[in-house]
Amino acid sequence: MITLIQNGRLLDPASGHEMVADLYLADGRIAAIGEAPAGHVADQTLDAAGLTVIPGLIDLAARLGEPGGEHKNKLQSELRAAVAGGVTTLCAMPDTHPALDEPGLVQMLRQRADGLGLAKVLPLGALTRGLDGTELTEFAKLRDAGCVSFSQADAPLADTRVLYRAMQYAATYGITLRLRPQDVRLASGGVAHDGQVATRLGLPAIPSVAETVAISTIVILMKDSGASVHLERVSTREGLEMIAAARNYGLKLTADVSINHVHLADIDIGYFDSNMRLSPPLRGVTDRDAIQHALLDGTISAICSDHSPVGNDDKLLPFGEAKPGASGLELLLPLVLAWAEQKRVPLAQALARITSGPAELLGLESGRIAVGAPADLCLYDPHATWRVMPETLLSSGKHTPFVGMEMRGRVRHTLVGGRLAYTEPGAA
Amino acid sequence: MYNPQLNSHGELIHLLSTESLPARILHQILDRAAGYVAAGDAGEKKHSDLAGKSVFNLFFENSTRTRTTFEIAQKRLSADVHSLNIQASSTAKGETLLDTIHNLEAMGADMFVVRHAESGAPFLIAKHVRPGVAVVNAGDGRHAHPTQALLDMYTIRHFKGDFRNLTVAIVGDILHSRVARSQIHALTTLGCPEVRVIGPKTLLPRDVEQLGVRVFHDLKEGLKGVDVVIALRLQNERMNGALLPSANEFNQFYGLSREKLALAQPDAIVMHPGPMNRGVEIDSAVADGKQSVILDQVTFGIAVRMAVMSILSEARA
Repeated sequence: MITLIQNGRLLDPASGHEMVADLYLADGRIAAIGEAPAGHVADQTLDAAGLTVIPGLIDLAARLGEPGGEHKNKLQSELRAAVAGGVTTLCAMPDTHPALDEPGLVQMLRQRADGLGLAKVLPLGALTRGLDGTELTEFAKLRDAGCVSFSQADAPLADTRVLYRAMQYAATYGITLRLRPQDVRLASGGVAHDGQVATRLGLPAIPSVAETVAISTIVILMKDSGASVHLERVSTREGLEMIAAARNYGLKLTADVSINHVHLADIDIGYFDSNMRLSPPLRGVTDRDAIQHALLDGTISAICSDHSPVGNDDKLLPFGEAKPGASGLELLLPLVLAWAEQKRVPLAQALARITSGPAELLGLESGRIAVGAPADLCLYDPHATWRVMPETLLSSGKHTPFVGMEMRGRVRHTLVGGRLAYTEPGAA
Repeated sequence: MYNPQLNSHGELIHLLSTESLPARILHQILDRAAGYVAAGDAGEKKHSDLAGKSVFNLFFENSTRTRTTFEIAQKRLSADVHSLNIQASSTAKGETLLDTIHNLEAMGADMFVVRHAESGAPFLIAKHVRPGVAVVNAGDGRHAHPTQALLDMYTIRHFKGDFRNLTVAIVGDILHSRVARSQIHALTTLGCPEVRVIGPKTLLPRDVEQLGVRVFHDLKEGLKGVDVVIALRLQNERMNGALLPSANEFNQFYGLSREKLALAQPDAIVMHPGPMNRGVEIDSAVADGKQSVILDQVTFGIAVRMAVMSILSEARA
């Protein structure tokens, strides 16, 4: 079957190429751009006039609620949220119940996800059994079961020795570890960035050194072990400077940030808004500015949604008691578009951070618009505006720092492997 | 900016923090309190401002004195007073904080006086109560203790007359102190030109100077020429550990002694929000000395809390 996407504005973030042209899809891949492949006629046509056609978004971190939330059909609601946000591939965080620490659990998650036919799910394995921080999981077996990397999510490792061994063991198999740089003791008890806002609000603080001390330990152990590491959710200016230095030194160190931290800072906590309770905490304005800068100079290669659905019972609490996390899959694209517009970042460069950038990190062929690439596509209306309302989000998590705000850019269609996985209700 | 404490007429509807309260409101409270003090001196203790109103005192964190002074104030205003001691944390009890509030609203609550271990808890409550129901913060985490700060302002005004020529020093554990934060905001709003905070680096929060204070680490240096000295309570659990090596060393370097007090103005007053650790943050010779106004603070505290609740009961819907 051949699908024709007609009259869309094609934008390939990796190359920066942009043009209005037809796109032909066949066998789950992009078959031709502009002219129909020789001897073929389209079986199905999608009118993309006025829409921008980009590679489907690749999200390095989302929480899908399964294993653990099967009775609420969490996987389905979160993967529907993903395709509604134009996300065609996402990495599933391992902090589930139970944690993703056995090949059987990983296979089951993949099967359930594949059966839904929505976004592609790449599981992240738990780095330690039950995320308890002491015993390594079976990296090699889990990799063979489909884990693309290993992470502790927000759970700490017991000590530096476990970290060191994990890096040595991962390096044996050429596995890149994902590490959240946070010194658990320096962060202990804290709920907000150690700065003027936490001081004013009397919130127990997490100092920037909780991140930088952790990064320095990781960097030193990388030099010794030869491991390659991806740092999850970097939040401080000083941390970014250390990452840039380590990369210049030649270490295989990459990093991502959450979209929340691209836009927000601790001042946005206002009067204890628990929607702003995130992990890592929202840092200072200078940290946020440094994050935006690091996205342009390449120190950070990907922006993730860090999607974490949190229910009312866990969120309608005093700030310090509220569970950290925010819904983000449906907001990732418009928030990246908003960043590009506000900071005059070239659109292709901004979109690369949610398409080709993470694709490169994961070694995927997707994330670009080119003949032969997988037909994972997002078609969005760049001019459509919409307001973020809890009841209209498809995710089971209705809490986001951006509630009530107006977004520009609305996903109309999402294709995964050439198949329509989402069409906005009401869109032709 | 949106201020959850004021209605569209600029009237006080909740007392959550002294921050971002206009000086007009602060003076209104202090003036109203002065009226109750004068009435009390004239033998008129009982008033009818809150007659027919149900006031719930919700103490999620231990307190004896603050709760007692609130209860006395409520009874003097003829309120129907209900005090609940909810020691276990709201989540551990199984009922959420907002469930508790909505249940009490269903019982006809007009006002909540809330103490909670989490900073910001009264803001959450104020955001979710029905229109017309008032929330008074009786201390939340490290964030605010506005009625304490207001009674301190009353005391300072009583003894010093005006704020606009005063130097005020706050000494001790600023980091964990909701009292200090509320005092700083009230003093700067009332025009106090110099507020100093004095303490070791482990007990001062980051960027505290952004609140408009001068930072001193040397008590003797910081006390020079001040008109008001406020000693803060040092909680027992802070005395030994990584924040401070010992209560004894703290007393030697940051405790208020007669000798150190001599560096302040000769007519400086000494205040303490209580309860005091004698021999730790303040020596008995100072606490009981002629410059101490610590018991006056307690007396004025009742009138100030009456004023706050009376004013809240008058706000238009």
